[in-house]
Order: sequence, then structure tokens, then C-alpha cells
Amino acid sequence: MALAGCNNSPFPQGAERENTLYMAFTERSPRYLDPTSSYAAPESTYVYEISEPLYGYHNLKRPYTLIPRAAAEVAAPYYLDAQGRRLPDDAPDAQIAEAVYDIPIRPGLKWSPHPAFAKDAAGNYLFHHLKPGELGDKRSPFDFPQLGTREVVALDFVYALKRHANPRIETPLQAVFAEHVLGLTDYVAQMKRESAKQLAGLPETLADKPFLDLRQWPLAGAQAVNDHLLRIRLKGRYPQWRYWLATNFAAAVPWEVDAFYAQPGMAANSLGWNQWPVGSGPFMMTEYVQDRRHVMSRNPNYRVDTYPCEGSPGDAEAGLLADCGKRMPFVDKVVTINVKEKVPIKELFKQGYLDLPEMDRADWGVNLAVDRDDSDDVKRFYEERGFQLPMMVDITNWYLGFNWLDPVVGKGDTPPQQQRNRALRQAISIAIDWEEGYGRIFRDQGGDAAHGPIPPGVFGSKEGQPGEFNPVTHRLVDGKPVRRPIEDARQLMVDAGYPGGRDVKTGKPLVLNYDFQRVVTPELKAQNDWLVRQFAKLGIQLDIRATDFNQFQEKILKGKHQIFWWGWFADYPDAENFLFLLYGPNSKSLHEGENTSNYANPEFDNLYRKLQSLQDGPEKAEVMATMNTIARQDAPWAWGYWSYSGVAFQRWVHNGKPGVVVRDRARYLRIDAAERARSIAAWNRPVWWPLLALAAGALAIFIATRRAWRARETATALAPPGEGAR
Amino acid sequence: MLHFVLRRLGYGLAILVGVNLFTFFLFFSVNTPDDMARLNIGGKRVTQAQIEKWKEERGYDKPLYYDEAKAGGEQFTHTILWERSVSLFALDFGRSDARQAINIGHEVKVRMGVSLQLALPLFILQVIVSVAFALLLVFFRHTRIDFWGVVLCVLMLSISSLFYIIVGQFLFARVLRLVPMNGFAPGLDAVKFLILPILLSLLSRLGGEARLYRAMFLEEMGKDYVRTARAKGLSEGQVLRRHVLRNALIPIITSAGSYLPYVFLGSLVFESFFGIPGLGAFVIEAITGQDFAIVRTMVFLGALLYIASNVLIDLAYTWVDPRVRLS
Amino acid sequence: MKPVLLWTDLALWLLAAALLGYAWRVKANANLRANWQRVLRDPVAASAGVVMALFLLLTLVDSIHLRRALPTTEGAAVVYDTRTLSALDLLLARQIDMREVSYSLPLGAQGFNKESLTDAAGQVRRDYPRLQFGGAHLADPVSQWAGDVAARVGVGLAGGAAVVLLMIALAAAALAPQHDGWRGALSDLAADRTVYPLRAILVTLAVVALLAGPVIALMPHYHVFGTDRTGNDVLVQALKSVRTAFVIGALSTLATLPIALLLGVLAGYYKGWVDEAIQYVYTTLSSVPNVLLIAACVLMVQVFFDKNPDLFETAAERSDLKMLMLCLILGLTGWAGLCRLVRAETLKLRELDYVQAATAFGVSDLRIMARHIVPNVMHLVLITVVLSFSELILYEAVLTYVGVGVDPVMNSFGGMINLARAEMSRDPIVWWSFAAAFGFMVGLVLAANLFADGVRDAFDPKARYARPRLFRRKTVAADA
Repeated sequence: MALAGCNNSPFPQGAERENTLYMAFTERSPRYLDPTSSYAAPESTYVYEISEPLYGYHNLKRPYTLIPRAAAEVAAPYYLDAQGRRLPDDAPDAQIAEAVYDIPIRPGLKWSPHPAFAKDAAGNYLFHHLKPGELGDKRSPFDFPQLGTREVVALDFVYALKRHANPRIETPLQAVFAEHVLGLTDYVAQMKRESAKQLAGLPETLADKPFLDLRQWPLAGAQAVNDHLLRIRLKGRYPQWRYWLATNFAAAVPWEVDAFYAQPGMAANSLGWNQWPVGSGPFMMTEYVQDRRHVMSRNPNYRVDTYPCEGSPGDAEAGLLADCGKRMPFVDKVVTINVKEKVPIKELFKQGYLDLPEMDRADWGVNLAVDRDDSDDVKRFYEERGFQLPMMVDITNWYLGFNWLDPVVGKGDTPPQQQRNRALRQAISIAIDWEEGYGRIFRDQGGDAAHGPIPPGVFGSKEGQPGEFNPVTHRLVDGKPVRRPIEDARQLMVDAGYPGGRDVKTGKPLVLNYDFQRVVTPELKAQNDWLVRQFAKLGIQLDIRATDFNQFQEKILKGKHQIFWWGWFADYPDAENFLFLLYGPNSKSLHEGENTSNYANPEFDNLYRKLQSLQDGPEKAEVMATMNTIARQDAPWAWGYWSYSGVAFQRWVHNGKPGVVVRDRARYLRIDAAERARSIAAWNRPVWWPLLALAAGALAIFIATRRAWRARETATALAPPGEGAR
Repeated sequence: MLHFVLRRLGYGLAILVGVNLFTFFLFFSVNTPDDMARLNIGGKRVTQAQIEKWKEERGYDKPLYYDEAKAGGEQFTHTILWERSVSLFALDFGRSDARQAINIGHEVKVRMGVSLQLALPLFILQVIVSVAFALLLVFFRHTRIDFWGVVLCVLMLSISSLFYIIVGQFLFARVLRLVPMNGFAPGLDAVKFLILPILLSLLSRLGGEARLYRAMFLEEMGKDYVRTARAKGLSEGQVLRRHVLRNALIPIITSAGSYLPYVFLGSLVFESFFGIPGLGAFVIEAITGQDFAIVRTMVFLGALLYIASNVLIDLAYTWVDPRVRLS
Repeated sequence: MKPVLLWTDLALWLLAAALLGYAWRVKANANLRANWQRVLRDPVAASAGVVMALFLLLTLVDSIHLRRALPTTEGAAVVYDTRTLSALDLLLARQIDMREVSYSLPLGAQGFNKESLTDAAGQVRRDYPRLQFGGAHLADPVSQWAGDVAARVGVGLAGGAAVVLLMIALAAAALAPQHDGWRGALSDLAADRTVYPLRAILVTLAVVALLAGPVIALMPHYHVFGTDRTGNDVLVQALKSVRTAFVIGALSTLATLPIALLLGVLAGYYKGWVDEAIQYVYTTLSSVPNVLLIAACVLMVQVFFDKNPDLFETAAERSDLKMLMLCLILGLTGWAGLCRLVRAETLKLRELDYVQAATAFGVSDLRIMARHIVPNVMHLVLITVVLSFSELILYEAVLTYVGVGVDPVMNSFGGMINLARAEMSRDPIVWWSFAAAFGFMVGLVLAANLFADGVRDAFDPKARYARPRLFRRKTVAADA
């Protein structure tokens, strides 16, 4: 019996036979699960399953397509002028005063059960006025004796938008939303005053601040026309707004739960939005052991949601449409356990204990695929076990940036200096062989070399299509883009005034600073090493200045950086989300925006402003192409690579498809538990014979020792020579 | 005896104050509260307003040591140093800086239980096995067994514990599939997670401990009463058991006792490698996450345990060695 | 060529000079000489000492740094390369230049990972690429490899054997006068009848030579321990890590000495409130978890360096100074143990008759401490120094894991082990970095431990009981 329990499973006995999805998470528990605050990738694993935003992305269709989730349909905006008259859709920006979105809400949506909704027979809330001591030792909402629910209404969405003004919680999107939603800027200021008024006299460090009831104050930009019609008013035309409605920031928030969690003692018992969020999604959080284990269970109140019957070409053949029309979610529970490091996660996956390594990380599939392609034995092993490793190029990139404010690699003061600096940047862009580095060497961070700032797979992008290349760094050979030879780069170095990497005037070797944003671990050292070698091809010495992230941020804010490594994960699948990283007024050092290279080109900036309000169409594609050309010539970044996104599934996991923007994957996955149990048993038979051999050896030693002991005890007293001489 | 204990505890209190000041100074000469805020807010967009709010919520908006703006006693009490230290001595550990939802007191309790599950069996086994092995070597002194035993000990202690862990995990978890590679589960399931770290930890320390105890035993063996006992006709085994072991207990207690604080605090390396959510892992996370609230709590606890175990060791001395009087 | 004196170089050379000075002093002082002779007469300690000396030699060769001059145009000022090289780098220049793309097996002729190769006909297939340097001289590795390697190993063994024979001849020549000529010397050597355990030492040197011979013969054409992720030769990394280990072990230990000695003697001698104060300080220090202390100090140093990047001309100087700071920090946080020992010993010594007599004569406190107390605690210091040397080398690996070890730009065993963890989980497994780090580190630490044991046995009166005496040599002259 003891031996039966002795296996290498990290789960209790019989776990693999349940209809549960098992995954891992690294580092710590997610920091924010509150839909208004959650922004980081690891949090999306939970937030997108628990709360339901207005829109979502179709999990199968590519390019990414919006579908309605909590909304009944994807609403198109209509435009009003300053007097409130309706304008045609193609009216010029200058005339438009408001963009209005009338979004119908699906009827019959219900919140997951929670004590905040529980009412007694008379209709009073049971747990909104807890007496001291009544809370006791409860550390989970499910410890309360009664749970309740109600329907989700448009007012809940209004409340959610208002919450972005709440000064007491983390609101990373406040600035963005305030820029567009009518009246939100004033609302933010108003809420600051109201909050300060309410907290007057209370210590700032108070853990449970009293409930700030946002329902009292109306927000101009968000109204509930009726229970199932939400009206959002923006300050002008903003086509990207529909993408923000597909994020958790637009998910509904019930005020009852806010009031419930604001009671004294809740924080001390770890009862709050960031541990026990409440939503109308397919799952709800039922177990939360800090930094160890999270369990999401099926939400009994989830609406009827069925698996799609359409997808991209190739999906039917891959079996991704087999569950067409069936009700979702398929699994009863989603269990995530904390595994601190990557090495054991990989092991657990290969042993079959994890159905997927990590939900939110798109590089596991890449990592395993690399192993598979490298060795025939490994390939056979993976094929025997049936690991599915679908992979695609996704809209996230990594690149090496140049600080535009730097005198050596940046813009330059005088026109001749600008030309020289540009030549230097272009030379470096040619010399860094991204195809070698992230196509052949560092393949588990791998990707396709980028030819510009616009990602593949979004509207208007030609990236990755045949015949498309960056003429500054590549040229066509046999119809395929090939990196230009290093001699071209060296010639550019001469143009830049650094023949052979030595300054033409002083003869000193050119030393450039690589401001690295993390403390260098031995793994990162390999990548830095490789980069140093790339610069050495031109005779440039690359000096690595590694600091921790805090120091790095400070360096950037002061504009003191020279060359840096950066990347961007798309917020939404639109080129604008990448081009804004090169927009002048977005400069990080000057205006605390996201443009870390501080690039500023007036022509580019003008085109960007135009781009912001264009709908998808030929004009937008043209503008994008022009911006692309400008950026390529100026080379503010060495364009880096578009990272591969690949997920890894076991063969008993069905309906998985990679896509960095599709964050609510768990509801689509179906587990064949019997198959899993069989496979795990077959793959993990413990090997006992070495232990037995060891035991036998130990027994032999024991017997020999006993014999020697007896012999010595009864030995005569003749001392060996030298004993006692001391 | 009571007098002694009280005096030692008073001294211990002075140590705790010193430790607290020292930790505070050390921590804040490296980070400013602004740095901590920036690190802990993380995310894509961090503004100065957010930093200010972060500091206010946790009480870091005051000056560190000395507030010039106030008058009189308030100059010292309206500082981060005072407020944080006082709450610590009241054993109110507060909330974590990084994640306000974490109640440090609760976490410490839970994690200490986990650390104990690993460290207590290890401690007991370690002492028993090392003493037994050392006694064996002493019994067979001047023979081949002793010589090769010592060679083995030196070899074992020359190998870094990291090697034991890496090879052990590879062999037992990956190749033989006998135990899970890392992780933890509460209750009886914990056994299969703890076997490997206990075994490897035992092996990695066996060499050094056995050698040390062997030296202590041999020192005892050279004394006259042992010769007398042998002359009286006691067998070697009886001599070892009845006389040598008892008298060598003092130095054994000292050296074993110095491990006591770590029994509660957990081994940093083993807990990290094996994914055991104990106090050792807690400390490492706090250091890398620059979470001062947790760091100061753990340092305080460590110092407290250190002082307590020293007092315990001294008390154990009197029990073991009747000649020792507490002064 | 411009010689560069890094801080740690200076420290190491000063250490070497101090060792020489100490050796000279030992020769003069009869007591010390007797103890050290006892150490050297123990075959195990002597052999370990020889191995340590070889490692020390390696370290010193690696501690001569210089910067090469770059070719300049006529009349221009001489400009120096920003990279700092050591003498060992120059010796191993060929191996350092033999840089492959990525992993490769030890003594391999092809890469470890498959790549997409285009052959002469334009066909693309995935296969193992030939290494650029390792085994590049073989036309057909499949058939020629075994023969080539065997031949080279043979040459290496022969070379090693030749060196061994030479050493035996030299030893015999040195002993000839006292052992009835050549024949007598050789037979005495073989039967181990010499005053010092020359047979054991020669056996050790023979093993080293026979291991090093083939390696040196194979090195120019193969990667003896394979290559790491970016194609660097693993053997070169291991050899360069030896210096890092030595620096940390030696300098950290030495950094504890002054404080521990000073405070320990003061506490033991004056007793009273001085004793209380010093005890308070080191108890406080011991109460803070060590890792925390070191991490905080390292971060402080890091912040200082980041805020003043212009203090250093080259990256090598910066990482070198960081390592020195790490050693100092380890020293400043680790003096408590030695201080306690010194204090206890001083308390005992203070009560001895001759110290009482000196006080009665009116000798000043400082003189008593310097002339009577300190020399009599030096044996404790010596023992602690050699013991903690090996502990610190092991500790460095743990510190690197936590993240506060040496700058990853410098090669260190801790860095190699940490990388090895991830590599061991790969499929197929990459084991050679781990094996190399393991082999060298165990060799160094084991030798240090065995030598430390020998020193302790000779110097600590109590340890004489503890010595296992199997290989007890029949000595020619009686022990002192």
C-alpha cells in the first residue's frame, strides 16, 4: 500500500481520472485578479475565465476576429457632432464630437454564486454589515453559510467603467480610458475628492477602507439605457476602442461584491478581489492557496455557450471543429500548481502530469519543438507520447533599440552627423544576424527575423509575405530575402566615420554601451555573449551595463541609455499598437510614454495621427506602408524578431490552438480522462530494482560489519605496532 | 536558574533591537521607498502618482530615521524606523509590501509548519546517523575501516550540496521515477515529497558531521577513565555506549544545537530546489522581491530563534554535565 | 602590450609573496618548522599540498593581465584594446579562438544540435553540422576519429610518462648523496624510506602528468570537454574558474583575519565591558541570516557601481572590483566564528603564568597582546584559514544560485553548475559542463580539505588522537 502511493505524481491519488485540467504556474500567485486592475499575462489565465468582457476573440479564426461575449452583438459606433446631430460614418474627424457605442447586453447572464448577493427573506443583504467577530476564521467566500446570485445588467458595466476612477485600487488603464471616455477625466478628479472626504481622519495605511459607492455619482460617458442596453460615449473617433472592450477592463463588476470586500477584517483574512474575483464567466475561483495552488471550478450559473463550428482553413482537418455545437466549458475544474522553475515543469509535462505546461506562456511549444527537431530519439519519444506542439509566428516582438537622444547612435545634431549616425545604425542592423541567433542558436526564444515594426497577421501588414523584405538590411536572392553581406555593413561603418570600428579622427575603438535591464544570470550571459560577437563583426566593442530593472527604469527616464533590449506584447491585434511605440510624443524619457527609444520623426508622427482614426481599408494600408518605409530608413531599432508562439498539449487534450491574443482558452479544452489515466500509468512505472540492489548491498555491508564487530570485540590485546607510543 | 534565564532574555532583547536597527540600515541604504514602489508596482505603465499612493498605503511616505518637520518626541516617532520597529516587537507582523493581501503572521505560521515537516525529521535523523557512523568509525579505529571511512567522509564533504541535489533529482525523480521531482502536498502525501530532500540533505552533511563527532569521541577515548573501563573488562561496545557517548554529549549538543534555528527557518537551498513552500523559500523571495516587510519579519524571527536556541543549549548543558553551573 | 594590474591580481601576488615570507620565517623558527615538517611528512597532506600548489600556479599564471596594443596608423598615439587578457588566455589562445556555434560532445567532431544544411547539390536536409574547429582536420570523422584520438592519447601518455621519469630521475639525483648513490636512492624511493613522502608525491605528480598529457595532446584539435551553449570550450572555462575559486577562498578568508584577530584578542584580554560590547556585536551579526547580509551588501556595492560607471576604463576592471568587494563582504560577514575561538583561547592564555609575570613586570598591554597572546593563537587562525578556504569555494556556488555571486562575465564554478541544472533537463542531456565543473571543483576542494586536515593534525594538540593511521610510514629519523 505504501508502495502504491510511492510514485512521482505531484497530485493526490486518483487525480488523473477526474475531469480536471492540470497546469502549472511559476513564481508567485497572480498579483491582481480584479478585472479593473489585472494587466499582466499570468493573471489573464484566471481573469479571462472568471470575468466575461463585452467582446472576445474567436479562438479559431485568423486573423483574429472579434466575437460578442457578454454583449449580444459587436456594436458599430455612430457619430454625433457638437450639437448632437447624427453624422454619417465617413464624416471628417474635425466634425465628430462624440462616438457613441450602443451595446446590447445578453439577457440571462448570471453572476457566480457569492455571499455578497445573499439576501434574507425580507430582501436585505445578509453579509453586508458583518459584526466584529462574525467573520471569524473564514478565508474563502465558500466558507459562508449562504450564497446568492443575480442577473448581470448594463449598470454593472457602467459601474466597471466608473471603477477606473477609483483612487484606492490599481487602475493601469485609467490614463488611456480617461483620454477617450467622455467625462472620465473629471470623474477621476471628483472621485479623488470624494475618497479623500470619506477617508478624512482615517489612517492612510488602513487595510479595509470603507466602501466608496460609485453608484452615487453619474459618469457622462457610460450609461445604462435600460437593463440590457449599455451606452458608451467617446470623445471622438477611436476605432481601437472595440479592442479595449475585449479586455477584462470592460468586464462587468457587481457593486455588492465591492461593498462586501470593503468590510473591516476582510483584508486580514485575504478576502478580496485579488484573491476571490467574481464574474459571469465559465469558471469561478474555488480554492486559493497563496503561492501554491489555485482551483477554478465550473460556474453553475454560466450561460449556454457552445463550441464554434467555423474556423480557419485547416482547423477541420486538425480536428478542431469536432466539438461543434457542444456546450462549454468541458472540464469541471482547472487546477494550477506552483512549480518555481522551468526545468521541473518540463519534466512534469513529459511525464504526463500536466495537461499543458503553463496557460499564459507561449514559448513552451517552441521549447519542446526545438528538442524534438534536434534529435531523432527525442522525436520518436514525443511522437510515441503524442505531444501536440502547434506553433505559429505571433504578434509579439523583441528588438534592440537605439536611444534617439544619444549623440553617438541617436539622431545627431547637424545634418551631416545625422547621416553618419544613420549609417552607423543601419550597419549595426545588418550585422546583427537575427536569423542565426534566434533562428538557430537560441531556438527556444526563437522567432522570425523582423523587417519592420509592423507585426505579421494584422490588417495592412505585408510582413512575412513572399517578396517582402527590409531593403536596408536584406536583399532578394532567388526570390528569398537574405541578409546583406557583412561587407555592406563595413562600408556603412566607413560612411559613419568608423572604419574598422575605430574612430576616423582619433583612432580609438568605438565602444557602445548595452544597457541591459536585468541582472545577468548565466543563461542570459549566453545571449549577451552572442550579441557582443555580432558587434565585434564590425570592430565595435559592446560594453554590457547590466543593472536591475529599477535602475534601468531610472536610466531610461533620464534618457541616459544608449542601446537596449526591449519587446512588446500586443494589447490588441492592430498595427497601431506597435507603431505607437515609435510615436514622438510618446517618448519615455521626455514624456513618460512607451516609446523607449525616444524616436521622433515629424513626418512619421503626422502619419501616425492620421492612422489613429482610419478604419481598415486601402488608405490605412497605404499609410502603414509609408510609415514602415520611413522607420526602416531611420532604423531606430535593429528590428529583432517576431517571436514564435507555440503551445504544448498532451494528446488527450483537445481543441487547443495557439494565439497570444486569445486569452480565454480553458473553456474550449476537452480532456479525455480515461486516456490520461492510462498514459500516466504507462509512462511512470517506477523502477525498483536499483533500490532493491542498494538494499541488498546495504544488508551485505551490515552483515560484514557485524562480523567485523564481533571479531574485534573478542580480539586479543596485542596492540598493533605504534599504538600507545603517543 | 530563573535569574540566569531572565538575564539572558534581557540580553536577547538588546540583541533584537540591534538586529532590527542593523537590518533597517542595511535595507534602506540600498533601496529607497521609491525604488521599492517601482519594483513592486511593475507592469507596463508606472507613474509618480502611483508611486506616491503605494508609499502612503504602506506608511513609507515618512522620513526614514529623523523627521525634521515635527517637534519633540515626534521627530523620532513619525519615522518609518519607529513605526515599523514598534509593531515588530509587538509581534504584529503586518502585511506584505508587495502583496497587501498576504498576512505575514498567517503565512509564517503556515510555512513554518511546512519547514518543520522537512527540517525536524532531518535534524533527528542527521544526529542519529552521524553519531552512529562516527561511533562505528571509532570502534574500528586503527583499522582499514576507519581509514577508508574517514576518506569517504572527506570526499563527501568536498562535494557541494548542489551536486547532490542535481544528481539526486536526476536519478531518483527522473530516471527511476520513484518520487516527484519537486512540490509539496499537505497531510500524509507530504511523505513522498520529503523523502528525497531529507535523504540528500543527510548525505551532503554526513561527511562533515561524522568527522566532527569522530574527533570528539576520539578525544574522549584518550582519557584515563576509558582505560580504566577497559581494564575492568568492559567490551569496546559497552565502553562506547556507556561512557564515551555520554561524555561527548556536550560538544555534540553545542554543534547540533547550532542547527536549531535552521530547523525552524528552513534550508534556503533545499526548499528552493525542491519547491517546498517553507520559510527558507519565503526569505529568498522576499530578498529578490525587495519586500522589506517580510525581510524584517524573517530577520527578527531568525534572531529570536537564535537567541532562544542558545538559551536552550546552555540549559541542556546543565542537564548533561553536572559540573557546569550557570552564572 | 600594456600590463594591467587588477585589484585581485595585486591581492593574489601579495598573497604569494606573503607565503614566501612565511616560508622563510618557518625556516628560522624551530617550533614552526617542526610542525610544518610534520605536515609534510604525512603522505596524504603532502600530496594534497602538491595538487594545491599546481592549482596555485594555474591561478598565478591567470593573474598576469595585459592589454594588447591595436595596430595604428603612422604617427598616431598608441591605442589599446579594451579587452583585458591574462597570461593564461595567451597560453590558451588557440582554444579560446576555437569557438563553435553551440553545443558539442566532448572530443566531438560535429555539433550537438541538428541544423538545416544545404549540401553541394542545393538540397536542404537536417543533419549534424561539422564543427568548425573540433576535429576539423579529419576528412572523414566516422572512420578516422577513433584512430586519431587514440594516437593523440598515446602521444600524450608518452609525454606524460617522459615527464614522470624525468621527475623520478631528478628526485633520485637529489637524494643520491644521502642514500648511497643512484641505485640506493631509487630503491629507497620505491620502498618509501625517504624522510619526506617522496614516493606519494611522485605518484600524485605521475597521475597528474598522465592525465594532463593526453589532454594537452588533444587540446589543439578537439574540445576535450565539449562546448557550451555559445560554443565556448568547456575546459577553458573550467581552468579559468579555478582562479575565481581561489580568489574567493583565499581573499575572503584573509579578509576575516584582521577583524577577528583584533576583536577576539581584545575581548579575551580586557574582559569587562569591552568583552560584552564585542560579544554583542558578533552575536547581532550572527543572528541575521547570512544570505540576507551578503545579498544586501552586494546590492549596495552594485548600486554604487551603477551610479558611477565612469570610474573604470574597462569592463574587466569593473567586474574584478566587484569580485573583490564580494570577498570583502564575505570577510566582513564571516568573522564571528574565528573571533569566538580566538576569544576563548585568549581567555585561557591570559591566566597563564608568564602572562601574569609580564603584567607584574609592567609590560604594556599592547606588547603583551602582540608578543605573547597573538603568536599563541596563530595555530587556531591557521587551522581556521585552511578550513574555511574550501568552505568558501563551496559557498560561492550557493551564492551564485541565489543571485549574489560573482559577475557572470567571469567564469566561476557556481555559474557553470547553475547553467548545468537547466542543461541536465534537456533531451538529450547535456552533461559535460556539469561533469567538468564537478571534476575540477571536487579536485580542488578535496585537495584543500586533505591539506587542511594535515595542517590541523600537526598544529592542534587535540587532533593527534584523530588521525587514522593506516599508511603509517616507517620513518628514517624519529619525529620531533
